[in-house]
Formats: sequence, structure tokens, C-alpha cells
Amino acid sequence: MTLFYLFGAVAVVASLLVIAQRNPIYSVLLLIASFGALSGLYVLLDAPFVAVTQIIVYAGAIMVLFLFVVMLLNAPHEETEHDEKIHPLRRPGPMRFGAALAAVLVVELVWALTRAGGSEPSAFPVAEFQTVRMIGKSLFTDYAFPFEVTSLLIIVAMVGAVVLARREAVKD
Amino acid sequence: MPAVTPLLVAQIVLTLFVFFMLLNSAAIMVYVERKVAALLQQRLGPYLVGPKGLLQPLADVVKLMFKEELRPKAADAFLFALAPIISATCAFAAFAVVPFGASTTFFGLLREPMKLQVADVNVAVLVIFAIASMSVYGIVLAGWSSNSKYSLLGGLRSSAQMISYELSYGMALASVLVIASSLSLTDIVNHQNGYWFHVIPKWFIFVQPVGFLIYFTAGVAETNRAPFDFPEAEQELVAGYHTEYSSMSFAMFFLAEYINMVTVSAVATDLFLGGWHGPFLPESLGWIWFLIKVGALLFFYVWMRWTLPRYRYDQLMTFGWKILLPVSVLNLLATAAGVLYFNA
Repeated sequence: MTLFYLFGAVAVVASLLVIAQRNPIYSVLLLIASFGALSGLYVLLDAPFVAVTQIIVYAGAIMVLFLFVVMLLNAPHEETEHDEKIHPLRRPGPMRFGAALAAVLVVELVWALTRAGGSEPSAFPVAEFQTVRMIGKSLFTDYAFPFEVTSLLIIVAMVGAVVLARREAVKD
Repeated sequence: MPAVTPLLVAQIVLTLFVFFMLLNSAAIMVYVERKVAALLQQRLGPYLVGPKGLLQPLADVVKLMFKEELRPKAADAFLFALAPIISATCAFAAFAVVPFGASTTFFGLLREPMKLQVADVNVAVLVIFAIASMSVYGIVLAGWSSNSKYSLLGGLRSSAQMISYELSYGMALASVLVIASSLSLTDIVNHQNGYWFHVIPKWFIFVQPVGFLIYFTAGVAETNRAPFDFPEAEQELVAGYHTEYSSMSFAMFFLAEYINMVTVSAVATDLFLGGWHGPFLPESLGWIWFLIKVGALLFFYVWMRWTLPRYRYDQLMTFGWKILLPVSVLNLLATAAGVLYFNA
């Protein structure tokens, strides 16, 4: 239980700091720390495969790309000095939209947290997700349709990325 | 508190021993690298410090410790200090799940046999893959935080290179996993016990020659070694991502590079070369075979560095994405089809 609170605290604090400080490189690193803590929580839930996958996919692959982009843009600090004094909802276009989205997110979170509670976590079939063999079996039998749909979604995203990257090359 | 049993004490001693040996392996590799390089180029190499120059690594360490720690003025102090720590930590951590010998009682010292491995995880192969994918952060952050164009270019190159070759690396791992049908390295090694026709050992390199080539090529690229040493290409980037580092923080990158080489070789031994199985020696002395195989692979690493010229950067990317990745995917498909055909 101590470990649960430790990992939980790291995840929450790191996630808060991701948005609370202004250097995008540090934001990326804190997000990685948060993913690491989540992966620790998965280990505590007896799901080592999910934990390792979390590290490989999110911390190891996706966040490297994030870091890559931030480094290439080379924007160490957000330029928000004069916007700082204005109320979030009165700032120029995209920021106002962001503030509105944040408000929606907070409302949703409160709604979700008030509805959650009483349910028993052990009702979930834990044993089914412990070994890789079991995960594979249930993925390719019970969840075959969602699995295929997800792969289709990823292919669409990939084709989209290639098309976008190509168009820029033609313009040059 | 768990009770202090002989097994727990042995486990702690073993962990410290592995740590100590990894540190030493880096020192030995520095010596071997310089000596082999010299022999390949018909020079003498280090010969002054100690007999045959054997104490040269020690002299190097002392020199590095007494050097001044420098930091560029505009560098990001925290990340600049953090980057070498990430590199070194990932290098040590990856070896934790590598088994290097059969279970042993240490000549009857322990009542129950103990595995020669720091941690026996049932997803060991994936853990190694995960830690390898984390180690890129050390190099990228070193490149960015130094606030120097050479470092930044080195860091960017390294991240692009490691992302590109990680895929082929994973595919090569997967084709072995399909044959052994286990993610545990101990299971994979034990799967390679025995002989075909009493002569050929049942090593996966004979079933997966393409897989081994892909694994080793990608492994060389992952450890940033010649002929794929772009992140530190001296002629173009001064020294690459560690241009601005000096003293012990430079030594940590150096250490990480050599330990990563040892880990890649040790994992290759476990996956493809039958781990600690070999003729003539009893199972309890299998770690000698393990050391011999890892040593041979490490020699190959050094040999390759002083034989092959560096690729061009676009050649590296073309090779990784257009040759290595398709071949590794085809290899995985063929392996899976073969396993289905012969086992079903």
C-alpha cells in the first residue's frame, strides 16, 4: 500500500507539474516520470506486461518524438509575458478555446469522480491479464473486432502522416 | 520485513557482484579496444602503465576523476547533470534481467539452488527492450542541455537513429520469442539445450541466422558504435552529444556505452548462442561458456569498428527503414509460419 501511494503521488504531482511550469522540455520529462509511476502501479496490479508496454510505447517511443519536436522547434520558454495579466477567457483566439476546453474537462472530472466510488475493483477478471499468453488469447478471440478496428485506425493515421509529410516536400 | 535468509544474502551479494563486474567490464573493454585497435593497425597500443599496459584503464579513471568539471554558461544545469546519470542508470538496469548461468548452489554453500541472475522477470525480453528505449533520453538530453550546436546535432541524430533501429531490434527479438514461445530469458536459454544429429548445438542462430544478423546490426546501431557511430562522428561533430562534457560526467557516458555493448552481447548470447550451454563443461560451470561467447561478440564489436568505415547519414536511414525493417518483418512472418507448420 505504501508503494501504491508513492507511485500515485508521483503520478499526480508530475502530471500537475507538466502544466504548471513553462519549459516545454521539462513538461515532456515530467510526463515521462508520470508514465513511469503509472507503470509502477500496473506492476502492483500484477500486470507486468501492461507495465512494460506502457514504458515501451509511451515513454520509449511517443515521448521521444515529443522531445524531438520540442528540441527542433527550440522554444525553451513560452512567450506569454503580456498575456499573463489578462483573464484566460479574454486572451486571443486559441487560448480562449483552450481555457473553455479546460473548463469542460474539470466539469467532466468532477462528474466522473462523484459517480465513481462504491464499486468493487476485484470484480474485474484480473487473472486474464497477467500473462502475455492470456492477453494474446483474449485479444484475438473475445476482443478481435475492437483490435482490428484499432489497427485500421492506426493505419489511417499513418497514411495521413505520410500524406502530410509528402505535401510539404512537394511545395519546396 | 522479510527474514534474512542465506538465499537473500546470496542474492544481495550477487547483485553487488554483477554491478562490480559491469564496472570492470567497461575498464577491460577500454583496454581491449585500444590493444586490438593497435594490433589491427600494426601499432603497440598502451604498454607503459603496468605489465603490457594492463593498468592503463586505471590510469585513465584517475585522470578523469582529477579533471575539472566544466559546464557551458548557457547550459541547462539540471538536465546537464541529469543526462549522464540517465545513460549510466539505464545501462546498469538493463543487465539486471539477463541470466548468465544455470541455477547453482555455489558448490554446496546454499541449501537450495539460486538463479545466476539479478531479477527473474517473466517478461525479461520486453524489460530489456523498454530500458533500451529509455536510454535514448540520456543522449538526447545531453545534446539539448549543452546548448551547443554540435551536441544538439549529435543528440538529434542519435534519437532518429535509435527510433529507426529499435523497430528492427524488436522484430528480431519477436522472431526468437515465437520459436521459444516464452518471454523469459531463462526459458529461452533452456530451449536451446541439446544437439541436432549429436553434432550441431540447438542454438537459435542456426534456426534464425537472419534474425541474428538483424539483431546484431540493430544492436550496434542502438549502442552507437562504428560503423553506426553518428551521434559522435568526430570528423563532423567534434565529439557529438558529449562535446561539452568533461571529467566524471564524460566518463559516465563512456561507461554507459561499454556496458550497453556488454548487455547487447549478453542478450545475443542468451537469445541466439545458447546462453550457458556448451560441450565439455558441466552445467554448473556454464557461466564459463557464457563469458567465452560474450567475449567473442565483444571482440567482434571492436574488430568491426576498426575495419569498417562510417556510413553516410542518409545511407544509415535508408538501410534501417528500407532494408533492415522489411527484412525483419518478413523474417518474423516466415518464422511464425514455420512454427505454425511444424508445431501444429
